[in-house]
Amino acid sequence: MDRSRPTTLLRRALAPALLALLITAVPASAGLILPEAGPTENAQDTQTLYSIVLVLAVIVFVGVEGVLIYCMFKYRARKGRVAAQIHGNTRLEIGWTVGAAVILVFLTVATFVMLPGIKNPAASDIDMNGNPVASNAAFASTDQDAPPRGEAMNVKVDGQQYVWQYTYPRIDDKKVFSYTDMYVPVGMTVTLDIGSNDVQHSWWIPELGGKMDALPGYTNKTWFKVTEPGEWRGQCAELCGRNHANMYARVIGLPFDEWKAWYDEQAAEIQSAEEAAARGREELEQAEGEEATQGTGSGQGTNSGDGE
Amino acid sequence: MASVDYAARRAPRPQIITGAVRPQPTGWTSWITTTDHKRIGILYLWTVAVFFVLGGVEALLIRVQLGAPENTLLSPERYNQLFTMHGTTMIFLVVVPVWAGLANFLLPLMIGARDVAFPRLNAWSYWMFLFGGLALYASFFWTPPEAGWFSYVPLSTKEYSPSGGQDAWIFMAHLTGLSSLMGAVNFIATIHNMRAPGMGWGRLPLFIWTILIYSYLIVLAISSLAATVTMLLTDRHFGTNFFDPTQGGSALLWQHMFWFFGHPEVYIFVLPAFGVFSEVIPVFARKPIFGYKAIAAATAGIAFLGMLVWAHHMFSTPSATVVLAFFMLSSFVIAVPTGVKIFNWLATLWRGTIEFRVALLYAVGGIGTFVIGGITGIFLAVFPVDWQLTDTYFVVAHMHYVAFGGSAFAMFSALYFWFPKLTGRMLSESMGKVSFWLVLVGFHTTFLVQHSAGLSGMPRRIFEYESDAGWHVYNLISTVGAFIIALGVLITIVNVARSLKVGAVAGPDPWKANTLEWFTLSPPPEHNFDVVPRVRSVEPMKDYRRQVEESTGAQQRFETGRPMAHV
Repeated sequence: MDRSRPTTLLRRALAPALLALLITAVPASAGLILPEAGPTENAQDTQTLYSIVLVLAVIVFVGVEGVLIYCMFKYRARKGRVAAQIHGNTRLEIGWTVGAAVILVFLTVATFVMLPGIKNPAASDIDMNGNPVASNAAFASTDQDAPPRGEAMNVKVDGQQYVWQYTYPRIDDKKVFSYTDMYVPVGMTVTLDIGSNDVQHSWWIPELGGKMDALPGYTNKTWFKVTEPGEWRGQCAELCGRNHANMYARVIGLPFDEWKAWYDEQAAEIQSAEEAAARGREELEQAEGEEATQGTGSGQGTNSGDGE
Repeated sequence: MASVDYAARRAPRPQIITGAVRPQPTGWTSWITTTDHKRIGILYLWTVAVFFVLGGVEALLIRVQLGAPENTLLSPERYNQLFTMHGTTMIFLVVVPVWAGLANFLLPLMIGARDVAFPRLNAWSYWMFLFGGLALYASFFWTPPEAGWFSYVPLSTKEYSPSGGQDAWIFMAHLTGLSSLMGAVNFIATIHNMRAPGMGWGRLPLFIWTILIYSYLIVLAISSLAATVTMLLTDRHFGTNFFDPTQGGSALLWQHMFWFFGHPEVYIFVLPAFGVFSEVIPVFARKPIFGYKAIAAATAGIAFLGMLVWAHHMFSTPSATVVLAFFMLSSFVIAVPTGVKIFNWLATLWRGTIEFRVALLYAVGGIGTFVIGGITGIFLAVFPVDWQLTDTYFVVAHMHYVAFGGSAFAMFSALYFWFPKLTGRMLSESMGKVSFWLVLVGFHTTFLVQHSAGLSGMPRRIFEYESDAGWHVYNLISTVGAFIIALGVLITIVNVARSLKVGAVAGPDPWKANTLEWFTLSPPPEHNFDVVPRVRSVEPMKDYRRQVEESTGAQQRFETGRPMAHV
């Protein structure tokens, strides 16, 4: 009797202590026992859903492993002890089957409650001109991919061995793309159309939510909306060849004005680079053309010169 | 109307199997030409042991490379080859064939039969398995495959993996697949037709139940693998375009067909492990198994549901929400029969008198470890959470808790439990205990921190990481743990080598166990049993002991607290 007292006490103290530990540990524990979550709702909701699963998991873990370890100490063979010859207990067996099912029903409900916040793009705080829009709109329904009122920036994400290319929407018919670093305005709902032209890749910035595979022949979708400026790193998450480990990605969140400045600069750079390339091509073509017209003469000349 | 009395035509079942014992053939040719299920089983197990060591060495090289950030020990090419070989070896050449090997040895013994139904087909199964393994490992002399054990297209197509290593992998999948299919058909025929008189379905040992279900799963799942690797072969060499999106093919098709095999494969390698737990625990708890029928039914339930969960490996592919939800729910449901099994094992230990033999320790350690893998599986089944976790080290940790905690711990439990029957000699218990604690501590050191590595953003299959990524400590701990496991395994290998020569002689039934394989000599003679055993319950050996005790008065039952002979 005396011996069982500390164990009961321990058991009574253990569950609340673990829960308390879990709750206090949450802010500091992203990456250790929780997934990362930056300032974007989808990642934060994912972290919350994960935490719900974690609490249930800890309870099941402590229960099962506790009974296992208890049995190993309590029922160790000793002289004179006789094992109870029990073949089963139908009520008990039905009980734990139903118990397991109830936990899973709870998890299913929790998942579907959290799902819209994770899956459906939130309403954008600003429009493509940087003007604020009222952000009290409800989420879209489950099967609707567009954010409420259609305000969003759509970026085409293209995985290639071994670099990510981003194509931004055209503003004033400017052509803007970038590699590895994706620049986004703070407060803007960013929807991503993810694809690939070669092998399979997977787009993932841990702090900005879950990953989505990039498959050739398919367009995959995800979204995020950062609410403060910052820089978030990630890398390709699906084996894509020898340099899979070096296929980095980064999202850089800037206030709208700074972002717009970057956008215009990038557009100008791309334009001048394209013009330079076009000029170069033209010059090359001209040079080739001149060579072609002169070449017959001078070539023959050299040849004949050599021959002389 | 002419009627035929079939009952009268049926020949009476022979009571005596053999009149005289012929000397066993010896020499290496006798091993090559053998059709004896016990010898084929031993060939399987030795081959598996060699591949297990090879796969383990590959794992250690992977861990050494990842032990330090920006490590240059291995080139990216070599690293990809190593994890491809490690995964392929452990799945195709270790955790699946190990149960084929063990079942080969034990199945006829446990059901009281002379051999399997088709002994020559059985020999063929073994040789196909060996050649499949050799085909894969021969590629080490040229270019090993490097597209992962799952060989996703387009990476595994000719365009992105031009080397013959990929073809060696396909060849391996064909040969080992053929081996598994033939073995499965053989097991099914044997279990359905050759059980000893009195062994109804309700008295079939639980290990044999899991082997039966394992065999049916192999027939259903391996066919899908055989088809899809054939399609990859023709895409690579004969101009078809099953997987090429630019020619009307689909890159996602491979994933569906591969995981339609790949997830049942998990149950193919873990159900027999559950069978081992269900055999070992009642013997050393000195209690009947709790809820025999529930465990057998749960085995079938897991297998049925296991065929319906394959796309939970593909939650981040472009899929409709309804598809994601279906596969989340089916994956949830499978936790129920799995939980039932775990609860039944706990209830078997409850109020028992538990003998701390190495076989029991490995079984209990395996269950305790598998529980963690099962719980992390629930995280991964919740698809919005899986979007964060998939393809990270969280999954690496999860699948090793399942595959190592389930299958490998059961492998060691089975080794320590049945070694006396296989060889006639006992393994050293003290060396076994050291080995067990090293493997248990090493395992959790290696894989527990990998959950955190994954949560902090470390993807799978990367050959290096930057020093400021924050993953160094996790990886260093992991690498240290891997070497602790290796030391534990090494001690068991030494134990086996030593016991083969100087181990204590076991006698027919050193554990006072429950099932028919302990009815015959250790090692069993070629014809297995001198008389046809009679089965009156799920624990026929207990009945026999009681019978002997009643007729002779000599104490046959195990007495708690008294050391067992030779141990």
